Amino acid sequence: MQQSDDLFRMEGISKRYGGVRALEQASLTLKAGRIHALLGENGAGKSTLIKIMSGVVSPDQGTMLMDGQPVTFPSPAAANDAGVVCVFQELSLIPELSVADNIMVSRPPTRFGMIDRRAQRQIAEEALARTGASDIHPLALVKDLPLSRRQMVEIAKALARKPRILILDEATSALTAGDVRKVFEVLKRLRNERLALLYISHRMNEIAELADDCTVFRNGSNVASYPAGTKSDEDVIEMMIGREYHSAYPSKPEPVPDKKPVLDVQNLSWGDRLHDISFSLKAGEIVGLGGLDGQGQRDLLLALFGVLRDVKGTVLVDGEPVRIESPTQARDHGIGMALIPEDRKTEGLMLPMTVRENLSFAALDQLAKSGVIDGKKEQTLIDRMMKLLSIKAGNLDVPVGTLSGGNQQKVVIAKWLMRSPRIVLLNDPTRGIDVGTKQEIYQLLRRLADEGAAILFYSTDYAELIGCCDKVLVLYDGAVKRQLVGSEITEHALLASALNLPEAERVQELAS
Amino acid sequence: MKDWRYWLSAQQGTLTAVAIFVVMFVIYTANHPAGFTANVVQTAANKGVLLAFVAMAQTLVVITAGIDLSVGMILLLTNCLASWIVIGTPLETAMGVIAVLLVGALCGAINGAIVIYGRLQPIVTTIATGAVYFGIALLLRPFPGGSVNEDLADALTGRLFGVIPSSLVALAGVVLVVWIPYSRSVYGRAAYAAGSSETAAYMSGMPIRRGKFLSYTLGGLIAAVGGLFLTFFTYTGDAALASGNAYTLFSIAAVVLGGVSLFGGKGSAIGAIFGALAFRTIGDLLFVFDFDPIWQPLFQGLILLVAVSLGAIGLVRVRNRLEWFL
Repeated sequence: MQQSDDLFRMEGISKRYGGVRALEQASLTLKAGRIHALLGENGAGKSTLIKIMSGVVSPDQGTMLMDGQPVTFPSPAAANDAGVVCVFQELSLIPELSVADNIMVSRPPTRFGMIDRRAQRQIAEEALARTGASDIHPLALVKDLPLSRRQMVEIAKALARKPRILILDEATSALTAGDVRKVFEVLKRLRNERLALLYISHRMNEIAELADDCTVFRNGSNVASYPAGTKSDEDVIEMMIGREYHSAYPSKPEPVPDKKPVLDVQNLSWGDRLHDISFSLKAGEIVGLGGLDGQGQRDLLLALFGVLRDVKGTVLVDGEPVRIESPTQARDHGIGMALIPEDRKTEGLMLPMTVRENLSFAALDQLAKSGVIDGKKEQTLIDRMMKLLSIKAGNLDVPVGTLSGGNQQKVVIAKWLMRSPRIVLLNDPTRGIDVGTKQEIYQLLRRLADEGAAILFYSTDYAELIGCCDKVLVLYDGAVKRQLVGSEITEHALLASALNLPEAERVQELAS
Repeated sequence: MKDWRYWLSAQQGTLTAVAIFVVMFVIYTANHPAGFTANVVQTAANKGVLLAFVAMAQTLVVITAGIDLSVGMILLLTNCLASWIVIGTPLETAMGVIAVLLVGALCGAINGAIVIYGRLQPIVTTIATGAVYFGIALLLRPFPGGSVNEDLADALTGRLFGVIPSSLVALAGVVLVVWIPYSRSVYGRAAYAAGSSETAAYMSGMPIRRGKFLSYTLGGLIAAVGGLFLTFFTYTGDAALASGNAYTLFSIAAVVLGGVSLFGGKGSAIGAIFGALAFRTIGDLLFVFDFDPIWQPLFQGLILLVAVSLGAIGLVRVRNRLEWFL
């Protein structure tokens, strides 16, 4: 350890939001040529720390030193100028602009005071190629790209700014396995180019592969820093959550033979995105949707929930064919379906409205009597949900946007459980939330299944599919490539079928 | 996909507006007793450019996800001011023109400053400032009157080389001198970005405030160009409340016809210009088909609804219902 390697130092950083302490005397040191992993539950202060580093918020107390000189960043632009660039978890792309415009958004090449589009396009193409995303057309509008491609654009945009310190906040959470590998290569190359990287992820295997140093945050302070690989995953997770770490996944029950399926899907197709999908879902069963990201899993959930038009094929509920043309129909008595959406901020919650209002939205028809909401009934149901999910909200009448990410996600789930649905569809519900909340969600899913719900669960995290599901359908290019049952659900089997490879050996080659 | 297809899909709104206008204008001239002559085109152009300028001004603000309800009042204020000072020797006239443009830009800048630095809603802000601008216009011209340098007025409302309406040339000039540099500048892009997703723009370190301020200011400037032309057409200044309000509302219709999204971040002033010309042609169409004037407003509204619906026709084909809400 040489002193000269210290590129960036934060000392005694404190930050309060109103009465809530987000950071208390936190410190962090980043060295050139090292990848530093930041670990901690949501609410541990990681987000606030990187917001301070990247100029989004100012600290109440503390100093930041860059190359030994004190610095302050009053705005994101100031941090960028100093060479600190952050790839945010909440995407910072502008949907109506093209990929090239977005990559060069703050400092485009100019000629005679006007943006030089040709030069801009060239730089954008280079940046995309360096990120390993040359499949993205620089003129495509960002709003037309799927989430995983947008994330790659986000990384390309950060690289185009030639940072000295690159912060990645859950930057791989929406990426496909193939993209993650490409991004990792890029990050390792940047490390060799003597950048300092700060890497935040909830995925332990990613940290194990990448990090040189680790710092664990808990309750707004750094509780431990250690060289990567010197602590076991169990130790680390215990440091993060500050309590005993039990097996993350609830035990699976014995498969119930020959029960009639609640939901039976036959030859479902939609345009050129979904092809001939058939499967059945029994009460008490958790069926996973696997595969690389963007292989039609989201479309399948939307098709079942009545959002897509011109869906071909048959859907049987309790053996009766049904036509579901809207979410309103999907949730109705006969069907009783619920969809926990992917993006809680736009599809799940009305952020400025209160926790109470958000909880009641999906169940208003059941709570109301001739158009007037029955306050007592509402309160009873809400109380039950708050307890069932142990949602941590000081008050039911605060805007839901003020809750932490994990608690927001719980509200989204609770809002649908208010209706006691029989069929629950989940679209990657644990993306970007902390370990503790994830575990609670796994427990909840199993409990719902035990109580008789049929659950269809899409996750981009293979470990979750292995841990939670009784059966996994692996999708590839809009079709079910393989169905894995019980002990067949292994990481190798999932990866092999996700990549649409016949032999497991080839997967091992790829993985190594 | 090929590059040109990306370009085409990006310009879809603008191209639709051009198409709507061309179809309407062809129907109009085909049924006009005089047909497609320089005279007919000049009259149509002179009727259309005023709204085109106001719509352009509106576009600049709408792109930032704002709205300018004072735009018609800036038009009136600059019109009344021009009827006092755009007169006399060529030098005096030139100074007058510059002063009028500066006052327009100042009006826009005041709107921008209040919206951006005062953090007030654009809709309320511009209702209030619009009332103020109208008040000043009324003080300048309690009664219609005044005059303008008629040589300049005739030159700018006549024809170049006997065929091209000079008002259209002026319009093209404003596009070239104001719109093109703006839309390709860093600040212009910041304005688009702020309209599309202000948080993302802020997080990317873009100069949002200056971009928005520039948009409001240029909006005022272009509205002032409209005010000058109003003076050139009428030779007088007139603080007519109804006319100012009509221009404000029509400019919003024209902007939508032109494929500019009222949610911000999308569209171009060129689309808005064609939207404005199409909007004006609706009125002319009813004229050539000899409609009873009593029926005109009603039909004008119906045709406008149909035209605006054309822009939304894509939604009928949407296969993912979530796209309705984007």
